[in-house]
Amino acid sequence: MLKQGRATRPASSETQPDQATVSGNRGLQLEEKLIFELDSPGSCGVDLEEPEVFENHLGGLERKEEIGLPGLSEPEVIRHYTRLSQKNYAIDAGLYPLGSCTMKHNPRLNEKMARLPGFSDVHPLQPESTVQGALELIDTVASWLKVLTGLPAVAMSPGAGAHGELCGMMAIRAALEDRGDPRRRVLVPSSAHGTNPATAAALGYTVDEVPEREDGRVDLAALEARLDRDVAAIMLTNPNTCGVFERDIVKIANLVHEVGAFFYCDGANFNALVGRVRPGDLGIDAMHLNLHKTFSTPHGGGGPGSGPVVLSEPLAAFAPFPWVVHEGGRYSLREAAEAEGAKSFGRLKGFHGQMGMFVRALAYMLSHGGDGLAQVSADAVLSANYLLARLQDTLSVSFPGPCMHEVLFDDRFLKGTGVTTLDFAKALIDEGFHPMTMYFPLVVHGALLVEPTETESLESLDQFIEVVIALAERAKAGDAEYFQAAPRFAPRRRLDETRAARRPILRYKPPAARSEAAE
Amino acid sequence: MAKKKKSDLLYTQEHEWVSVEDDVATCGISDYAQQQLGDVVFVELPEVGKTVAQSEEIAVVESVKAASDIYAPISGEVIEVNDALEDEPGLVNGDPTGEGWFFRLRIENPEELEGLMDEDAYQDYVEGLD
Amino acid sequence: MRYLPLTDRDRETMLKAIGVGSVEDLFRDVPEAARLKKPLDLPPHKGELEVERILGRMAARNVPAGSVPSFLGAGAYRHHIPATVDHLIQRGEFLTSYTPYQPEVTQGTLQYLFEFQTQVALITGMEVANASMYDGATACAEAVTMANRVTRRHHAILSGGLHPHYRQVTETLGRFIGFELEFCEPTPGEEEYLTDRIDERTSCVVVQYPDFFGHVTDYSKLAEACHAKGALLVVVVTEIVALGALTPPGEMGADIVVAEGQSLGNALNFGGPHVGLFATREKLVRQMPGRLCGETVDAEGARGYVLTLSTREQHIRREKATSNICTNSGLCALAFTIHLSLLGEVGYGRLARINHARAVKLAEKLSAIAGVEVVNRTFFNEFTLRLKKPAQWVVETLAERPILAGVPVSRFYAGHDSLADLLLVAATETTTDDDMDALCSALEEVLQC
Repeated sequence: MLKQGRATRPASSETQPDQATVSGNRGLQLEEKLIFELDSPGSCGVDLEEPEVFENHLGGLERKEEIGLPGLSEPEVIRHYTRLSQKNYAIDAGLYPLGSCTMKHNPRLNEKMARLPGFSDVHPLQPESTVQGALELIDTVASWLKVLTGLPAVAMSPGAGAHGELCGMMAIRAALEDRGDPRRRVLVPSSAHGTNPATAAALGYTVDEVPEREDGRVDLAALEARLDRDVAAIMLTNPNTCGVFERDIVKIANLVHEVGAFFYCDGANFNALVGRVRPGDLGIDAMHLNLHKTFSTPHGGGGPGSGPVVLSEPLAAFAPFPWVVHEGGRYSLREAAEAEGAKSFGRLKGFHGQMGMFVRALAYMLSHGGDGLAQVSADAVLSANYLLARLQDTLSVSFPGPCMHEVLFDDRFLKGTGVTTLDFAKALIDEGFHPMTMYFPLVVHGALLVEPTETESLESLDQFIEVVIALAERAKAGDAEYFQAAPRFAPRRRLDETRAARRPILRYKPPAARSEAAE
Repeated sequence: MAKKKKSDLLYTQEHEWVSVEDDVATCGISDYAQQQLGDVVFVELPEVGKTVAQSEEIAVVESVKAASDIYAPISGEVIEVNDALEDEPGLVNGDPTGEGWFFRLRIENPEELEGLMDEDAYQDYVEGLD
Repeated sequence: MRYLPLTDRDRETMLKAIGVGSVEDLFRDVPEAARLKKPLDLPPHKGELEVERILGRMAARNVPAGSVPSFLGAGAYRHHIPATVDHLIQRGEFLTSYTPYQPEVTQGTLQYLFEFQTQVALITGMEVANASMYDGATACAEAVTMANRVTRRHHAILSGGLHPHYRQVTETLGRFIGFELEFCEPTPGEEEYLTDRIDERTSCVVVQYPDFFGHVTDYSKLAEACHAKGALLVVVVTEIVALGALTPPGEMGADIVVAEGQSLGNALNFGGPHVGLFATREKLVRQMPGRLCGETVDAEGARGYVLTLSTREQHIRREKATSNICTNSGLCALAFTIHLSLLGEVGYGRLARINHARAVKLAEKLSAIAGVEVVNRTFFNEFTLRLKKPAQWVVETLAERPILAGVPVSRFYAGHDSLADLLLVAATETTTDDDMDALCSALEEVLQC
């Protein structure tokens, strides 16, 4: 039984009387309705001329009913989305200490390069002779990834990290089937990100959990006990989700290979290792990279991402199409099995991969260079350890240091205060910070996983430390009510997630339709 | 449905309870379980007519942030499910051992009941967990 | 290095606070043998100017579709994006914000997702939509797995008019997850009879609207046939502008509609990032993959939005998730929403009619050329030509002029001799009369002899 259920419905609060305004706005905090509620029927934000009457070829299927879309002019649209943007926290505005997310600065050069017409205005199906530069770019990013990871092949098409996991595990399964050795189990540590077991299970494997030791690392003995020739793969994250490096990783890789299984590594935490350690040297067979984490492509409020997967020699042949091939000075796309015996497991996505994110990632890689990237991991690990050192007497550190690029705390320091991890996080919002990752990994109670990244100044880190210490002291002093009512200053107070799940309202419905379905 | 006296309920280690009347067992989740889950938002109930073995997955209870599998406390055939939970999943939180019942089974193997914990044993077990 | 704020002095201060002599000490858990002793074979860091030069050179080796007459479609379409869209999505609060897991400080993202979901439901004629998927092809594969879950069957029928990439992605998933697919051969210009293939094993029938060859078909009877046997109808839309002029699939009885949303708000980008749309009936919402945004209230009773029904997703259900998808296509969905907000009821329909008008005009001009036959009776903004010579050769020859003449069907169906003379040609509001004339005279020339 999962014990991570927590309060999802806030207690009611009253608006302070001296904060009430006529419009509901408060200074620069502007209330904004839904676009559907701003409808000016007949209005249009784009000037288009109705085509002259002509005979259509729509087979009698012309749209007859109204759609119900709102009409607005351009100024109204700009105002609407500008106001919405002002309700968002963003890395441009402040620190995101989100463990496992690597919220680093998103360089604007990336955006400028991605918008060059030679990259953005190119159709994926243009003849190869007209897109040699695009193919070269994909190949160049692929080369950088291969050099950085020490693996000989890379599948570029997965659209995000989870998609990359699927890709890596599909390659592993394809390789095993090709060998005539299908297996049924996959080992996953209990600290793994939810996508790991979800991916394995989706591919038909039984997931075997491996517990961790007291130092936060995978229990080697427990792992060995579960390893046999029915195991297809192990899926590890390194550094792991507790923020520590798996010291036994080479040993683990050897054990895994000895039974003929494969080693999948979740590359979400590559920011700790980039330029200093190559996963290939650790014995890894497949690893996805999150371009939107380590390589600075923007999170965009939830996407798009990109999750290329580096592959070892035994897996390379199974990589999904398309492949970018560089032969005789020309680049080409291999989109289907031409020769007999081609072993690619197939296609994972439409077209060729997240080209727009490749351009951004390459701009980042070129800017940093090999020396810069090694400095990235150094500063990322330094910053996390600095937080550990300065906060270890205030918060409860889950596992002994040093940590890597992120540090894990748990809620023991809040014991007896009546303040939960959730409450603590919400109070951070009032202080102008996005909370850290909460309640993940599941191996400790009330987890707080903190990852500063290398793009925070020392001043920024010190301010965060100061706030966290002050809040922790306030909690320990018994002021639980302060935390339970937080946040007070955000555009919204705590939201009723119970209600959202019990009575899902997933779209706007005009008032007439709504009153028919009255509660 | 009248609330049974607490002493009548038998419990599993997975926090399901069983209330027996003749050859019918009414089942649900314990008060401890609903506290751990938080506000229940949805319950996926088995189909009437399905037969289950003891410990087989039989239902899923979802809160906002967690989803838990419910296992059949004993073997039997599902003869009734609590339709009220579709509109009011909160009954599981408000009255977990009464109106928040999940399903009723026709008992296949009465001996299985002997392996379950009574109220006192379950309370001891729960205290030992935290 | 301009992206790294820490100075050497800062690093000294931090090392002292930690109590180690150098940063290397913090990497002591890494096995000695695995620590790189010399720098990797990569170039050193570069300033913006140099990076711009390098990438500019690469970009210059491509022919932008807008710089020449261009008629490419087949799942990605060149439309005009109003200047407003790109400016708004580059606001830092949208561009650099994280997934809205802390709703109090991400109401901007959540509200636009709610608007997006509503727009998608409206244009497809369905009841509910999710907050987007990676692209149309992966959304299609997810639709089939959802149909399998809902019907508890695992045999899907894929129309011959389905985009080959969508079919291939679904095929890959089917191979690994363990469901069966029945493929129908493509029959451009002929009607497809799917009804007879449906039986009690069928979980769903997947069709495209307009189809890969451009045909526009009424699927109402097919929907009835599916439902009569307990199967679902999945309708795929690769050109979302089409729904501005056509009866929406929801009205025909579709159970799931998936689409590629790239045409609105998003540049071609050589195939990615794009944005997958996914819509279905309300009663199936708990089986739907992907993120969902829902309306609620906050502690003061003010209306607000949150991600909801998360227990379907991998970070909660883990092994039992409906899908392993984590990300949606956030910023691309925002671009879609803004573009469609600018268009509105009036503009969306008008844009669609302009597209159709351009295609009708182009088809008329092309059918007058010897050696060119327009295969379609029905189409929206894309149709199929049968040429006197192999389409691949025609396209490569015209590319030298340069004219991007369209997509040869053989690019997707290598080895299908009967399809080698077929060319997919698309026209949008960006296609000028001069473009059309250039294509026509070029074709006339190369098809002679």
